[in-house]
Amino acid sequence: MLCQSCKKNEATTHVKRIVNGSIEEYDLCPECAKKLGYTDIFSSLQNEWNSLLGSFFGGGLPSRSGATRCKGCGSSFAEIAKKGMVGCPECYDTFYEELLPSIKKIHGNTRHNGKFPSSSGKQLAIINELEAMQEQLNEAIARQEFEKAAELRDRINELKGGKNNG
Amino acid sequence: MAEKWYEKSGEQGGEVISSRIRLARNLKKYPFPNKASLEQKHEIAQSVKRAIEESNSVLSNKLSFISMEKLNQTQAASLVEKHLISPEFASDRAGRYLMLSDDESISIMINEEDHIRIQVIDSGLSLDGAYDTANNIDTLLDEALGFAFNDKLGYLTQCPTNLGTGMRASLMLHLPALEKSRSVRRIAGNLTKLGMELRGTFGEGSDAKGALYQLSNRITLGLSEHTAIENLKNIASQLIAQERKSLEELAKDLELQDVVYRSLAILKSARLMSNDEAMKLLSNVRIGMTTGLIERSNFAALNRLNEQVQPATLMTANKKDMQPQERDIERAKLLREEFKDY
Ligand SMILES: [Zn+2]
Ligand SMILES: [Zn+2]
Repeated sequence: MLCQSCKKNEATTHVKRIVNGSIEEYDLCPECAKKLGYTDIFSSLQNEWNSLLGSFFGGGLPSRSGATRCKGCGSSFAEIAKKGMVGCPECYDTFYEELLPSIKKIHGNTRHNGKFPSSSGKQLAIINELEAMQEQLNEAIARQEFEKAAELRDRINELKGGKNNG
Repeated sequence: MAEKWYEKSGEQGGEVISSRIRLARNLKKYPFPNKASLEQKHEIAQSVKRAIEESNSVLSNKLSFISMEKLNQTQAASLVEKHLISPEFASDRAGRYLMLSDDESISIMINEEDHIRIQVIDSGLSLDGAYDTANNIDTLLDEALGFAFNDKLGYLTQCPTNLGTGMRASLMLHLPALEKSRSVRRIAGNLTKLGMELRGTFGEGSDAKGALYQLSNRITLGLSEHTAIENLKNIASQLIAQERKSLEELAKDLELQDVVYRSLAILKSARLMSNDEAMKLLSNVRIGMTTGLIERSNFAALNRLNEQVQPATLMTANKKDMQPQERDIERAKLLREEFKDY
């Protein structure tokens, strides 16, 4: 589809917005989208992810992934990269290695450090948090931020004492 | 009718309009929405509805179940204006459902980008309270539905940008002084490096209507909910302190005083009022109330009016489609009535 603004380039960004009380949709090329200020606001993260995955994908695919399909939903990694959307929870197991570099680029991390659903065993949550806090504590000490270090030490002791219920 | 969150004003009500927590969750047993059939989407919605009903919690009485297909364009657009749903959710409504509390503080979007998006809004600075509510709903739904979760990656989401906690915490802030000093863009740039985002609430790109901005976290993997919220509060308090300092300086200036008092005068007497003008004038009046130039302060009313003056919300309240000029007449009338005693 051609961009509805310049009517020259290929449209890549689909924009939905509420204008004067009604829903309007546009297809825009990257330049027009940028010019009209849509890049900041309309799922900039989604676009970022698409380009991350796209460039990663274009940069040479691990040979295994070419043929592998997710048992849960039938997606191949190529489909996921093209859509910029993961097919199902199982895809994250199937394509873990392929997805990890992009995940690291987006979040700067690759390990969850928050709520664990009760079904998955809360102990893990505490272990993850303890590890992360121990690291922060070491950093704080290295930077001689003693007040922060004391605070962290107290929280670590609290966690170890099992007082944490979050 | 229950009092809506936007009819109240909370902690730091001058600068902080509202706090919002959103959790992205998916059912283990189903493919993500981009791969789910319409039939599966209906099934998912029904099981969420049942989980709430059978929870026997206060929630089951508070939430109504809305099929998005049954709403007309204007009703759907009004929900976007009130930040209860996304524009995307309003435009393709097939297989999509909304559970909404009567005070509009809790909304659960079903089959948006993820199967479930739990959203809790509260007035003022109250991220902790909003998180507690969202967390409880999450726990309750997880026990009934079983959410997709992985020890390393946390809650699994359709887009990997939400992996981990799946939490987006945000604050709606009024930042007219920072905007006037043209520092918003620079600050926004710096915040990006800290894994946060600052952008206009209404309107696109860099120009924010009514000087209203949304501050939110971008990183969801590797930080706990607690840390992400603390970081956000920390940045917000620095922004607010800076905003206050600059605004107090500006308020000594006769030019700003003139703008504030003129804006109030226009609100009290105009016969035609566009949405853009209303947002601008309401922002100026908020400046007046924050700085004490306008003695009688009522942030709750301003919060409510920010929603009420939006076109689809105005038409929904009047229960009819209205031409732009009709809306401008109605909007002016609403505002004259509101400000007549100021
Ligand atoms: Zn174009
Ligand atoms: Zn899959």
